[in-house]
Amino acid sequence: MTHMFKGVWKRGDLFIWLAGVGLALSLIMVAGLLLAIFINAATFFWPADLMRISLKSGGTVIGLKTGREAIPQPETPEASARYRLQIKQGNRDVTGADFIWIDEADIARVEKAEGALIVERREWGDFYGLLKEVREGGGQVAGGGASGLLTLQEKMETALAIHAEIDDLTKSDIGRVNYKMEKNRLAMASLKPGADDQALARLSKERKELERHYQELTARLQVLRDKQVGEAVFLTADEREISIPLAKVIQVYEPGALGAVGRIGFFLRKAIDFVTDDPRESNTEGGVFPAIFGTVMMVMIMSLLVTPLGVVAAFYLREYAHQGTMVSAVRIAVNNLAGVPSIVFGVFGVGFFIYFIGGTIDQLFYAEKLPAPTFGTGGILWASLTMALLTVPVVIVSTEEGLASVAGGLREASIALGATKFETTWRVVLPAVMPSILTGLILAMARAAGEVAPLMITGVVKLAPSLPVDGLFPFVHLERKFMHLGFHIYDVGFQSPNVDAARPMVFTTTLLLVVLVVLLNLAAIWLRNRLRKKLSASGV
Amino acid sequence: MNEIRLKNEMKNMPREMNVEKTAPDPAREPSTPMVEIDRVAFFYGNQPALKNISMSIPRNKVTAFIGPSGCGKSTLLRCLNRMNDLVEGARMEGAIRIGGKDIHREIGDVSALRKQVGMVFQKFNPFPKTIFENVAYGPTIHGTKDRNALSAIVEKSLRATALWDEVKDRLNDSALRLSGGQQQRLCIARAIAVEPEVLLMDEPCSALDPLATARIEELMVELKRNYTIVIVTHNMQQAARIADKTGFLLLGELVEFGPTEKLFTRPADQRTEDYITGRFG
Repeated sequence: MTHMFKGVWKRGDLFIWLAGVGLALSLIMVAGLLLAIFINAATFFWPADLMRISLKSGGTVIGLKTGREAIPQPETPEASARYRLQIKQGNRDVTGADFIWIDEADIARVEKAEGALIVERREWGDFYGLLKEVREGGGQVAGGGASGLLTLQEKMETALAIHAEIDDLTKSDIGRVNYKMEKNRLAMASLKPGADDQALARLSKERKELERHYQELTARLQVLRDKQVGEAVFLTADEREISIPLAKVIQVYEPGALGAVGRIGFFLRKAIDFVTDDPRESNTEGGVFPAIFGTVMMVMIMSLLVTPLGVVAAFYLREYAHQGTMVSAVRIAVNNLAGVPSIVFGVFGVGFFIYFIGGTIDQLFYAEKLPAPTFGTGGILWASLTMALLTVPVVIVSTEEGLASVAGGLREASIALGATKFETTWRVVLPAVMPSILTGLILAMARAAGEVAPLMITGVVKLAPSLPVDGLFPFVHLERKFMHLGFHIYDVGFQSPNVDAARPMVFTTTLLLVVLVVLLNLAAIWLRNRLRKKLSASGV
Repeated sequence: MNEIRLKNEMKNMPREMNVEKTAPDPAREPSTPMVEIDRVAFFYGNQPALKNISMSIPRNKVTAFIGPSGCGKSTLLRCLNRMNDLVEGARMEGAIRIGGKDIHREIGDVSALRKQVGMVFQKFNPFPKTIFENVAYGPTIHGTKDRNALSAIVEKSLRATALWDEVKDRLNDSALRLSGGQQQRLCIARAIAVEPEVLLMDEPCSALDPLATARIEELMVELKRNYTIVIVTHNMQQAARIADKTGFLLLGELVEFGPTEKLFTRPADQRTEDYITGRFG
């Protein structure tokens, strides 16, 4: 018996099994996680049919089934468990809750809700109901039914065009005037009392001009708003009449009438809107474009900062420093730095970058704005710097490993040709170590894109009023706060007032974050492989 | 001064250099030794590695150093282009003159010396760059920027190492895709691209198969017309085949130095005879 066991141990079969099981477990967990995210996220955009549910207790509900669970009944056995359905009935403004639970025992009939429409609104979430009539300026222009829907969709086109125009006007034109007025105000504030009458006169004249321009723009805005006269009257499931102004509507569609192709098209359109639109309704609806933009930009700035810093540090440690106790100690310290909890870096970022450096910058260059801070508060630059600090050990370690593996013969060959140490480092060692540097950068980027804790205190916000890059000089505003996908997930999932409405957003945003990290990594890996191919013997 | 001369030479490089090298140059009297080693001792820390070595290495000849492992032959070779400067705690006594000039005091800086004294290593070590970049590396370091001049140097150096016909269509391929023998010849091409006068070779064939070795040996015989070659080798047959003069080192001492044929057939020292007949080593 012992003999047999000894044989198994000696051959190492047991070890191979263990290793296989370990690998399989990890793969299953990763695949399961991705699959769960993917399924939950993908169904979010799919236009499912609206159901009309008649209740035994009286009343009807139009809505979508979003879940089913056993009703918690502590005393009863498992077999006699009763279930309830979670229904999204929309119409938050009318009913007060857009998600309700219905006891399965209470359901008299479930049928497809013929002619029921989904109205996507800018406020209050979706509306589900039947079209009664379309009005314009008080008068009816069309009735209900299919022809009414056609008219409604026609009217929607003009309404959307007007909305886009208003949006453009408020965001870019009025934004620009506001920006100039703010600059003007600061310039005036920074004038010393009684110093220069000419400058004061010039500034007040400029101010008058800006104010006049502002009045013009608001007048134009009013004209546009006056054009928004369309409204649609709908009937809810319980026959109540609800009037919705078309200005508040994003789109109206009848999911039951969509064919397979229509549904796929709708799905894709929604998915595209998701990544290109701004969020609405405290982030539970709309898109996540600012968060994508913020994440990518933060990672890019971080890469720009961390690569030179880490590479130079690694070169010094490996190529120039005298290898002794001191360097070993530094190396251990660097490795340990990678294990420091990220929130510690965040706190350091707040204390050093924001309060100390940012505060000093404010006093030196933005004194006229004080006490309102410019750089002395969280911003994308500080967040990126904090992240760079967090990820610099990764770059140092991987660059050092690369340097250690560069054959000493290369350095000798270069020196023997009369090159100096610096020329050798710059022209031979650095190119040879480039793939390792990129490996470090890939790891750093993946870490930075997924990290949330330090960002929360160094510049990420729930909703940023403007992107860090825009059309106003100097175009890149590193002091601005920004949105981040990781924080977005936390915020939508756990800080949202409407948890049920936010849930699909959480999964979709998570999927997006995973995809983004994978894409960033793939880009870096592609770059590294290209370099390796150029350098390596095996080539193809 | 020296550097300026070299730079000028570099500028006029393209074709005429060939002529310059092969034509007899009155300034270079063939009879004077190229390298003079004058009572050189060398220490790694307190450990002596070379003891009181003096020898004259003739111009345009192949000189070989042989001896068992650890006898100091590589150390001696590396003294000639001051590669030992890189070793911490190493120290040399005595003097080495190349072309009559002391390498520590009279030849500009160490970079100028290494331009004059090229080196090829035991393990072929082309840079992970293209073939062209490998050969052009030295000239670029020494200030040749013009692409046409570089192309001319690359072609000339590759022709000199009989590599041109094999690689002329793929100069922009990675040098690491060449075979071992080709890589070593590329390293030689890279070394001669800066137009050195002396070429040091530290066991250049020990990592190569016999065929590639034969090609390198042919090449050395070819190259000695233009360069003074000093080679360290483990392989006594190789020394016998290609070297004009051979020095036998043992435990840091130069036991015997003379014409190769004499050293191998009528060694003056008993220890030399023991070594070449395989009684130790």
